[in-house]
Amino acid sequence: MSMSQTSELPNGSGAAAILGAGIGCGALGILAFWGDASESMGKALNIYNPSGTLSGVTTFAIIIWLVAWFALDRMWRGKTVEIMKVNVVAFALLAVGFLLTFPPFMDLLQGK
Amino acid sequence: MEITTHDLWTVVHGMGFGTLFMLAFSGAIGEFYHLSNGGASFQQSQRDRTMLNLYLIAMVVIAWLTVFSGEYIVYPWYRAVPPAGTTDLSEYPRRLLLSSPRTSEWHNVGMEWKEHVAWLAPIAMTMVAYVTMKYGRTVMRPRGMRTAVLAFVVAAFFATGVAGAFGAFLNKYAPVRGGSTIVLMEGEQ
Repeated sequence: MSMSQTSELPNGSGAAAILGAGIGCGALGILAFWGDASESMGKALNIYNPSGTLSGVTTFAIIIWLVAWFALDRMWRGKTVEIMKVNVVAFALLAVGFLLTFPPFMDLLQGK
Repeated sequence: MEITTHDLWTVVHGMGFGTLFMLAFSGAIGEFYHLSNGGASFQQSQRDRTMLNLYLIAMVVIAWLTVFSGEYIVYPWYRAVPPAGTTDLSEYPRRLLLSSPRTSEWHNVGMEWKEHVAWLAPIAMTMVAYVTMKYGRTVMRPRGMRTAVLAFVVAAFFATGVAGAFGAFLNKYAPVRGGSTIVLMEGEQ
């Protein structure tokens, strides 16, 4: 495929991957926080006992990421979307992922 | 010269997969810088593009191997619960760290952060690899796509750095020990 052809590719699939990754990172943070803040959620996320709650947090975050990526790709494939808006949402979700996995911030939100 | 199976897997997870992944960032960041500053006339050969794609695929595979080996092989040994009445906690790293206020935050902050934040890296790098492979060098032309790719690479690098640094410190204060012994070499008496 020549460079001129690739440069004309619609950005929809790329935008879907970017937002999908943001959703996956955000989901990881939210699940980590939820599992830490709620005892019942912590138990529900314990799907592999040797690894505890972490097993459910990461498994469900991966599932949410892949499903979101797949759905967004089906919706945006072959289209050109406003990538800057996609980036803003993806970066916000990435920040959520970082903040909600940082224990002092998790404790702060829980009033510990 | 002996090593236990738990020690060996900890080395494979951290010094093998983790360090290799961390080191690979220098090549990826250098290549993205090269692509984004090559100018309009810059032509990337098919061979160079194939090499970059293979490099990114290798990074993604190593990233996933790092987090899966950590969570499903090493982490269960780290959080093992000692039998009642156990006083020697050297084979129970989590309990060992939590047994003293001088070391408890290595678990409460270090391990709790490391075990979660590390997973951001393979998600981010999988996206970066996919987008780069799909769009080739043109991924660096539209500002929006370039911004996203570079930001997620930096985020993955930071997440890996946090996980790697805390992994090294945790292994210093409460190493994962135990398992069967593998004799690597017999010494002279």
